[in-house]
Amino acid sequence: MSDDLKKRVKELIVRQLKLEMDPATIADDAPLFGDAEGGLGLDSIDALELVLGVEKEFGIKVQDEEVGVTAFASVNALCQFVRQKAA
Amino acid sequence: MNSPSSSDPPPRKRVALVSGASRGIGRAIGERLAADGYHAVLTYRADAAGAEAAVEAIRSAGGSGEAVKADVTSAVDIAALADRLDTEREGVDVLVNNAAVLKNGLFALMPEANWNLVLDTALGGTFRMTKAVMRGMLRRRWGRIVNISSLAAFSGSAGQTNYSAAKGALVAFTKSLAAEVGAFGVTVNAVAPGFVDTEMIAFLTKEVREDFLKRVPVQRFGRPEDIAPFVSFLCTDGAGYLTGQTVRIDGGFVG
Repeated sequence: MSDDLKKRVKELIVRQLKLEMDPATIADDAPLFGDAEGGLGLDSIDALELVLGVEKEFGIKVQDEEVGVTAFASVNALCQFVRQKAA
Repeated sequence: MNSPSSSDPPPRKRVALVSGASRGIGRAIGERLAADGYHAVLTYRADAAGAEAAVEAIRSAGGSGEAVKADVTSAVDIAALADRLDTEREGVDVLVNNAAVLKNGLFALMPEANWNLVLDTALGGTFRMTKAVMRGMLRRRWGRIVNISSLAAFSGSAGQTNYSAAKGALVAFTKSLAAEVGAFGVTVNAVAPGFVDTEMIAFLTKEVREDFLKRVPVQRFGRPEDIAPFVSFLCTDGAGYLTGQTVRIDGGFVG
């Protein structure tokens, strides 16, 4: 998977959610939501922000049911989702 | 109105979508929002003539508007309308959920179909319309949603268990949605009109009307023009700190 896309997704996460962290420090497979160790611990409003950001950044439409755990689980999962949608 | 130089692109006109706007309160709100400078999109289910007359009135007054046939119980109709407004007008800024129907009758004799239709129009329609425009409002970080509830939500109304359940649900929906989207610059409020002199209250008997007026300090039935100005206010930039509320506009109804 392209590192460019990962970088773009990480920057989007930090920018959209106004996180005070270096995008590069987000692990590719770290869980974005929930309280798991090493994860970002985002909440449902963050998820909504992220959906809006992904739609705008990549010009795709995210369906309600796609915002489940799978597509938005991690940077890797999100990259895969974006590539699949944009294809 | 400012007249920008011809080289400037015209500024985007905010869009106000009003459901059930071919007559009554919906029409008055649509005309008022058009007068406020919005492009008013008036939806109707069956009364094309009424909706077109409303648009004609808007244009005569120098405003911008259009009538669109769309049944709020139809997910297909609503999706098509929202998609078109996204494409042609960059989305919807103000949504007024006004469409409702009456199927009055004693509960003990109420067919389930009459329960379902009333709930699916006033409450289900509000879900569909709001869902269709919400993401755009969140993206733009600005939006105004006004749900038309009813005095029936607060004051028991024999023969209207279905209608009052739907209108009461709108009060609760308004509070919860306001809590979700306040951080995005979107406000959600409701107004609860008392008996407003429209087709909606044609069913009232003379006795009921007289009894009602005894309990209304303002001593008359409401008019659509009594409702529209407050909805107009709720949709201003200045009303951005007012959210989650239901305001009764009922002439001070006691009881």
